[in-house]
Amino acid sequence: MKTSTLAKSAFLSISRNKTRSFLTMLGVVIGVLSVILLTSIGNGLTVFVEQQFKELGSNLLIVTPGEIVNSDGGFDQQGAALSFATSKLTIDDSNDLTRAGYPITMAVPLTGSNGEARTSQGKRSGMVVGTTPGYSEVRNTKAAKGRFISESDLAGNRKVVVIGSKIADKLFVGQNPVGQLMTINKLRFEVIGVAESKSAGSFGGPDIDSFMYVPITTAKIVFGIDKVMEIMVQSATKEQLPRTKTLIQTTLGKHLDSKDFAVTDQSEILKTIQTILGVLTTGLAGIAAISLVVGGIGIMNIMLVAVSERTKEIGLRKALGATPNNILIQFLIESAVISTVGGLIGIILGVLGALALTPFFPATPAVSSIILAFVVSLGTGIVFGVYPAKKAAALSPIEALRYE
Amino acid sequence: MSTPKSKSSAKVVLSLSHITKVYELGDQTLEILKDISLEICAGELVAIVGPSGSGKSTLMHIMGLLDQQTGGTVKLESHDASSLTEVEAARLRNKYIGFIFQQFNLLSRTSALENVLLPTIYNEGAVGKEAYAKKILTDLGLGDRLGNYPNQLSGGQQQRVAIARALINDPAVIFADEPTGNLDSKSGHEVVEILKKLNAEGRTIVIVTHDLELAKMAHRTIKIFDGQVVSDTTK
Repeated sequence: MKTSTLAKSAFLSISRNKTRSFLTMLGVVIGVLSVILLTSIGNGLTVFVEQQFKELGSNLLIVTPGEIVNSDGGFDQQGAALSFATSKLTIDDSNDLTRAGYPITMAVPLTGSNGEARTSQGKRSGMVVGTTPGYSEVRNTKAAKGRFISESDLAGNRKVVVIGSKIADKLFVGQNPVGQLMTINKLRFEVIGVAESKSAGSFGGPDIDSFMYVPITTAKIVFGIDKVMEIMVQSATKEQLPRTKTLIQTTLGKHLDSKDFAVTDQSEILKTIQTILGVLTTGLAGIAAISLVVGGIGIMNIMLVAVSERTKEIGLRKALGATPNNILIQFLIESAVISTVGGLIGIILGVLGALALTPFFPATPAVSSIILAFVVSLGTGIVFGVYPAKKAAALSPIEALRYE
Repeated sequence: MSTPKSKSSAKVVLSLSHITKVYELGDQTLEILKDISLEICAGELVAIVGPSGSGKSTLMHIMGLLDQQTGGTVKLESHDASSLTEVEAARLRNKYIGFIFQQFNLLSRTSALENVLLPTIYNEGAVGKEAYAKKILTDLGLGDRLGNYPNQLSGGQQQRVAIARALINDPAVIFADEPTGNLDSKSGHEVVEILKKLNAEGRTIVIVTHDLELAKMAHRTIKIFDGQVVSDTTK
């Protein structure tokens, strides 16, 4: 007896009572829906964090003063004040690192202070960042308009500034800021460029789009800032990161005590965050999977009820020539189809839910989760359908036909 | 009109030899059938009659391979059906036996045509029976009701669908268990006429009933009482 004919029989049985079939699969729908949604959130967070790290430069080691390590390697506005006050790093240290050779390709120092920007259109607070031309490459930050700081700006201590997109939006409405004048802490600066917008600031990170980049030499002379907050060191390749770290430590160790500076490997931080998110995602999925088990139990219960209600039908089928195996396979297919269809609906709803959530919260469905959810829902139907199917197959035709 | 066939010239379709059926109920032993032997030949129209509790239903179940006898042998067509596995019995039932029940036993929310085709899904290699099913239903006057569900058919029409279902695999013998029991007299008469006509076309039919009026339509009447054959008369 062909499985396809039995499958057709199973489908007919399911469509005979669509309401019950739907209610039966509801448990699986909800279970799969929650698994997909929760793993999408976990996956979305991971992707988001990875994207953040990528946007802010790769193969980077961050040298910070003292033992204060920033969680994402960027400016921490609250820690800045304390680090600043006690920092023993100088621009000379940065130059030493640049000259240290392979595998260091570049070292970029950063100084910073709060500043107030003003134009005829209004005023806005932001971080004034003193840095060198290398910042643009090391931090993957290009000028969306105009240009970034150049070597001659640096040499000439010019009062030029590259403003963040938020400063541009607020203080230069309807104009191209490039070439315009603005004041920072009451001193006149010329805008030479607008930095491209970065998403890193959008989710708990520092407000990068409100930064104002000036040459580090200008920052020292004009604002009196000369304590270096951070030196970003670029490694030639990912594999050379450990060697680069050692080189930094030996180079700085010539002038500084080891407790005066800390070297942080961004990729290690990323790995830690990825691991944490991975565990979180798995944990969430595990919890959601429990509802899947409940859904499976629901299927088993309804199938048992169905077997009881269809006792006469089973007796009839047996009288007409169905073997116990025919009955077993028919009912197994029925429960497998119900749970698989439920799984598909759950997957579709889960993916739609993740897409609806995306504007507010990172949620990216992973293909592996979808395939796993599909396989598990199919398996659930089979596993939880076995017991009722066996009961059905074992019915004696005469007693079944007599059943009222 | 049909000529009674003499047993010696006709082919034996079903034969029972010294059949007993015993049920164990706790420490009680119930003898439902006590040594029954009989033969059904091709083309016969047989009525098995007896009061409730006489064992006629059990006898029909054993003849129809739905139940296993305790002692004795059963032969169906050329097959020894005395000790069959459940699978073997199912296969033989599907191939050689057609059933008509008192309560019709049609699948609900399923069309008349699909109901008639139900036995074919358990028939290995059954293909293209749809045209035959349509023909049988049309011959029974249901040609315009092929798509109707049982709840859209009268009792008489439902029983006719059941008869068509019993015919679909061209069985060697058809068993009808109280076929008119759930019908009004008019529908009941219609069903009786159909069974007579099928027999005239050569079908072997065994009717089990406690209704002596119904039994009168048969050529041969076997009376069962207390698990034994008390008379076996042919008109």
